[in-house]
Order: sequence, then structure tokens, then C-alpha cells
Amino acid sequence: MRGQPILEVNRICKAFGPTKALRGVDLKVRAGEVLALIGENGAGKSTLLKILSGAHRADSGQMIIGDRPYRPAGPSDTRQSGVAMIYQELNLAPELSVEDNLLLGDRGSGCGLLIRKRQRPKVREALETVGLGGLSPTAIVGEQSIATQQMIEIARALVAEARIILLDEPTSSLPQKDVARLFSIINDLKERQIGMVYISHFLEEVREVADRYTVLRDGENVGEGKMEDADDDTIVSLMVGRDVKNLFPTVPHIPGEPWVRVQELTGFPYPKKINIELRRGEIFGIAGLVGAGRTELIRTVFGLDHSSAGSVSVNGKPIPSTIRERIKAGFGFISEDRKNEGLAQDLSIIDNLTLSRLGDYTTMGVLNLKRRKQAAEELLKRVQVKCKASDQAVSELSGGNQQKVAIARILHQQADILLMDEPTKGIDVGTKAEVYQMLGELAATGKTIVFVSSYLPELLAVCDRIGVMSRGELRDIRDTVDWTEEEVMRVAIV
Amino acid sequence: MNFRRILKAIFQSQLGPIFALAFILMLFAVADQRWSSGNYLSPRNFRVMMNSAALIAVPALGMTMIIIAAGIDLSAGTALTLCGTVLATQFKYAAVAAGEPGFAWVVIQAVCLTLLTGCLCGLVNGGLISLTKVVPFIVTLGTMTIFLGVGQIISKESTVYADEKNIPEWLSDFCYTGSNSERYLNFGIFPNVPNSVLLTLILAFAVVLLLRYTVFGRNVFAIGSSESTARLCGVNVPFTIIAVYTLAGVFVALGGLMYYANVKNGNPSDGMGKELEIIAAVVLGGGSLSGGRGSILGTLMGALIITAIRSGCAQLSILNTYTHIIIGGIIIVAVIVDQLRHGSPEWFFRLLPAKTAEN
Repeated sequence: MRGQPILEVNRICKAFGPTKALRGVDLKVRAGEVLALIGENGAGKSTLLKILSGAHRADSGQMIIGDRPYRPAGPSDTRQSGVAMIYQELNLAPELSVEDNLLLGDRGSGCGLLIRKRQRPKVREALETVGLGGLSPTAIVGEQSIATQQMIEIARALVAEARIILLDEPTSSLPQKDVARLFSIINDLKERQIGMVYISHFLEEVREVADRYTVLRDGENVGEGKMEDADDDTIVSLMVGRDVKNLFPTVPHIPGEPWVRVQELTGFPYPKKINIELRRGEIFGIAGLVGAGRTELIRTVFGLDHSSAGSVSVNGKPIPSTIRERIKAGFGFISEDRKNEGLAQDLSIIDNLTLSRLGDYTTMGVLNLKRRKQAAEELLKRVQVKCKASDQAVSELSGGNQQKVAIARILHQQADILLMDEPTKGIDVGTKAEVYQMLGELAATGKTIVFVSSYLPELLAVCDRIGVMSRGELRDIRDTVDWTEEEVMRVAIV
Repeated sequence: MNFRRILKAIFQSQLGPIFALAFILMLFAVADQRWSSGNYLSPRNFRVMMNSAALIAVPALGMTMIIIAAGIDLSAGTALTLCGTVLATQFKYAAVAAGEPGFAWVVIQAVCLTLLTGCLCGLVNGGLISLTKVVPFIVTLGTMTIFLGVGQIISKESTVYADEKNIPEWLSDFCYTGSNSERYLNFGIFPNVPNSVLLTLILAFAVVLLLRYTVFGRNVFAIGSSESTARLCGVNVPFTIIAVYTLAGVFVALGGLMYYANVKNGNPSDGMGKELEIIAAVVLGGGSLSGGRGSILGTLMGALIITAIRSGCAQLSILNTYTHIIIGGIIIVAVIVDQLRHGSPEWFFRLLPAKTAEN
């Protein structure tokens, strides 16, 4: 019975204090289809998902599943109503077995007793559906790859007999080839008349998997329709509420002479014997699959990961491999893990901005807090961070603004070689464009940027040269004009 | 003015522990007037309370830094009495008696040795924590009994008493709380403030400046909030951690000195359980055991709250057993309130009287 709505959301409103996160959102999911939920960060997608999964309660409006009203008070209600949620960050107990994870939340068969044997067929069937037929139910989840764990999450939804599955950026931590696998599983689930809501920042991905789309902006529906009827530009302009002429703004810059040299740099297990020469005023992209050693490479260059051989030199002078020395030599680093490593979430914006170069504000060891605040606020203005006050905790900012603070820090540090690991991860289209613009401007002032990304279109658009990594080695470095997406993938997979 | 808004402002301000202390003092003062001698807020009892609070507060200053850096020091109690015992043995076996030439040298030696002992205890803790990466809880759980054992070796498993004559005058007056005003330093506007309290205030002020106005201080907060971020920003994490514990060791040693001045003997096993009082003071003052948060003013208030309750219960002749239960309860309530403060959940404010609705 394809086409029959199984989940209906009507005029849902939700406010947090004075901010209205949702102002009357409608949504309709039909059996056997994938609905893409699209919107910038802060558009209300996550809030809506949280209401659907029972983590938050709506202030007004109603939800209907089948023909019954749906008012989840928590995860167990969700499960009973046949709704399953798959989060961006995996939600599995890593020390437990596959089977125990799949049955987690299961009421057991009477008296709370868990008879694993009786549940086995159900477990096996679910595993087979997600293409993990060969995986032993007693294997430990933590020992499986990220991709397998993602599939286990989906299997868990199947064991719970979910009819509606909510997927929140399920591909953000998946390597390319596993994305294809995930999509084929999603197609199988469609056949089984399961309705899905799919959230992703990647339009091309959405286009591949979704049947229909709904766009949210500022907590309201701004558009919906069939996927094949809308082109990218239409959807993007719906998302940002204005015409976006150029998703990848570039600033003209001319790379200068080589000055940073990475020679035979090796760490355990990755990277392996890396040689790069970086030029002044250049944006150097590093492409490759997740797990190819890209992160390890730039962490080792920065001195965060231990190097077992090789050297990094600036202007012909080798730099000792400690973070302090590398920072002194002009290196700056942006972590892909913004939440845990990139920023100290509880500390103020000022503290985060200035932490790597506090020495500038001291006279005889005493900090001049006023001067520090002034400098920080100037910088915040320059990178256009939206915040209430500069002494606000970083955790209160949105993802995109947090990323701007992280970038502002290495600007404050006056770094000349900016090592950026996925700097546009989890930020919205508008902010991404601002970041590209900023990178171009920085390169134009003679700074060297190393840009690691899994998102090929952005690399191809903003970089001067791109190197592709595979199994810890830098396979091929070419000028960007000599690369195509297919070429990059071919080198990355081989 | 809007009653609810004022309540909210008080509740969310950094002054929470001060209000809590004022409330507790008021409560006991009233109860004391009604059912007991009415001596609770007398100058003498006030001095006694301040002095006992100082004994907790000085080591708690170091503990505050440790807790801000997301650490913990369970060995503070036994390290404190170890330092006190070292001081006691120095006076007991001193070659020269007080007043004789050369005694000053004995005193200098004794105090330096005490401070050095504290430093060393802290250095051992900090060194083990940053080199082995074992969690501070476990490391200091181990050193807690080690320091106890070392203290017992030094004291030959008994209490060390030094001849009264051999204790320098300034030290025996250090924790004096009686009414003879000649035994106080007496400068400033408040007469008869115990010297222990003066020292505490000076040290507290120094630590406030250290935490707020130095790179070291900001690094301590950064490490406590996110160690990996601090590392990424080029902060020398192992050095900072070792420095924090060593500095805390100095405060523990000063605490040991005051402990000796207070009881005039050194007994290593006295320290068992003191660390919990010290940690409680920090937590009552708003320190978060997950790091990144804590205040010196809060810690001072925390120490005062503990002593105010203890003294109040004593005045009212409440049994010691009940005092323990009351203090335990207050610690838990304080932490719950603190969590509410930081979460500032709307539902909590809805519980407050809302007669004058916000507009």
C-alpha cells in the first residue's frame, strides 16, 4: 500500500524560553518512501526529530501514526509506536555483543527474562536484511567498523519492528563505499513498506535516496515536493531564504614559492612516508576516504600525533615535533572534533580564542584582561560570529558559530600554516560559503592552508592543488584543474 | 520591583554560597537565642568558627585549583598531618630550646622542612598522574595510605608532643582564639582576628589573582574544561598538572602547620577523613568535580558553612551523630541547587511564587 501516510505531523510548535524553535511545522511520511528533511543548522530539524523521538514535548500541535494520536513521553513509547531513531553519533553499547545491542530495550519474554535463544531467529533475520548475515550475534560491537555499527543500528530498528525510521545524518561518519551499501539497504527497507525521514547536509546524497523533500527554515515549512522536480539551486534558495548565486565563492590568489616541507613523515600506523611541499598563499586539499590517514597526517604535521620518522621544515629549518614548537613556527590546527577537542565548551569565547597565544597580554606575568577582551572582540567582528557577549560560554553557540570561533583562534594565534581537518563539517550552506570566502582571503594574504575534507565538491572548488590519500600514503598530487571527482575516487579506492 | 526576578537574580548570581552561609548563620543564631545560651554569634565563638574554617580553607585553596583542573586529591588529609608531624618532630628533637641563641635557625629549618614535605607530596601526586595517566582518584587513593604510613614511621606510631618551651611563640599564637588581645597581630580595623584567618585571606587573595590574571591560571581552567583542547592550543599539560598538585602541596603543608599550631601535637592518623572535609568545602563553593569550574570565594564560604553548622549544632547540644547527617545532607542539597543554577531550567522558576507575573 505504497503512498498511504503512516506518520502525520500537524502544526507542531515548540519554544525554548523566548526562542521559537518550531512554529507550526507539518510533515507527512508515507509507507515505503523516504522523506528528506532539509534545512540549515538551527532551522528546527533536530528539534522536530527530538519531538518525534520523545526527547522533547511539543507545546502544541498533534502527531498521528496510522490512525492513532502519537504522544511519546520517552524512548520506550517511541519503540512501542514503531518509531526508531538513528542518530548522527552512534548509540550502541560498545562492550556488549551484537545480539545484546539489538535486543536492548526489548521487553523480554515475560517476567523480564531475556531468553536469547528464542530471539535468535529475529536477530539473524534483521542482520541479514542489513547485509550482515555473516556477522556472529555474539560478536562484540566495539570491535566492528563504524560502517558495520551503523548497519547494526538499523538492524536494531528492524528488531524493534519499526515502521518509521528517522535517520539523522547517517552518512556523516561513513566512508564512500559504505554509503552505497547504506543506500541499498534503505531501498530494501522501502520495499518492506517502512517510511523513513532522512536528514542530511549533502544535497546530492538526498537526491539519490529520497522520494520527496520538505524544507524547513526558522522553524517553518517553506517548501516541499517531489525530489525529481526540484533542482539544487531551488532547494538551496529555499533553505537560506535568498538566492545563493555561488555556493563556492573564491578569492583570487596566486601561490608563491614553496616554504614548508614535509619529508618522509611517518607515524604509526598512518601516515606513511609523506612528502609535500607547500607554497605560500596556497590552498592545498587532501582528499581520500575516511580512515585513509588524512587526519593522522595533519595531526602528525602539527605534532599532536607522534611521528616515528621524517621531518617538517619551514624555510629550510627543521622544526622539532612538539606542539609548542610547531605553533611557534607558525602552524595552526583545527580539529574535526569540535565538541571535544576543538573547543573547551564550558569556557568563554574569549578564553577559547586567546588560549593558544595568551603571552601577548601579559606584562611581567600578569594578564591584561581588558586588552585581551578588546582584541577578542575585534576578531569576533572580523569573522562575524553571532553571539550575545564575548564572555558567553562557547557551548551556547550554534555549530557554525563555534567553527568560526575555532578558525578565529588560529587567526589570533597569527598562524601562517593553517591545518584544517573537515572545517565545514556539520555547518550549514550559508556558513560554509563564508568559510570558503575566508580561506580564499587568507590565502590571498600569503597564508598556507591545508584543507582536509570528505566533501569533494568543496575541495575541487576552493583548492589550488589536491593530494589524494589511500591507506596512509599520499598517492597523487595534482593541480585541481587536472582532477575530476571520478579521478579522485579512483585514486582513493585503489 | 519584581519579587520573582530578584529571586532569580540571586539564584543565578555567583553569590549563592554567601547567601547560603548568611541563611545558615541566621538560622542557628535564632535557634540559639531561643533554645540555648545565645553565644552563637558572640565574638569569641565567631573567632573559633573563623579559625576552624581557616584550618579547612587553606588546604581547600589548593584543592580548588586541583578540582578546577578536573583532578582530585584524596591524599590531602594524610599529607596534611604528615606535614604537621614533621613539624612536631623538628621541635621535639630540637637541639636548642626557645629563647636560646640559634633557635631561630631551628624554626626556619622546621618550617622549610614542613613546606618541602608538602611540596614533595604534591609533586609525587602530580608526577604520577601526568606521567602514568592513571586517574587522579586512584593515584591519590594510593598516596593517601602511603603518606599515612610515612607519617607513622616518622612519629614511631604514636602522637608526637614537643615540649611547650620548644614551640616558638608566634606559632602557638597562630590559631589563638582567646580574649587576650596581646596575642593577636591586631592591625587593620577589626580587632582580635586570629592569625590563621589573616593568613587564609592573604593566601586566598593570592590564589584569586593567580587564577584570574596569569597564563598559568587560565591554563588550569582550560585543562579542566577540556584537556585535549588545551593540548591542541600548545598548553604544556603535564607541566601544568604537576605544578597544580605541587602548589596544592604547599597549601597542604601550610594547613599542616596550622593544624599543629591548633592542637600542639602531631598525629599522622588525625588526617584520615580531613580530605573529605576539604573537598566538601570546594564543592559547597560551586566547584565542579568534572572540572573547569570553581571559585576561591566559594571555597572560603564552603569552609565557613561547614564550621558554622558544626559550631551551631554544638551550641544547640545536637549530638555529633546528627551533625554528620546534617552536613552530609547540606552537601547534597548544595550540589543539586548548583546544578539547577547552571541548568537554569524554566520549570524550577515556575515553582517560585509568581504573583507578580513577568511582563
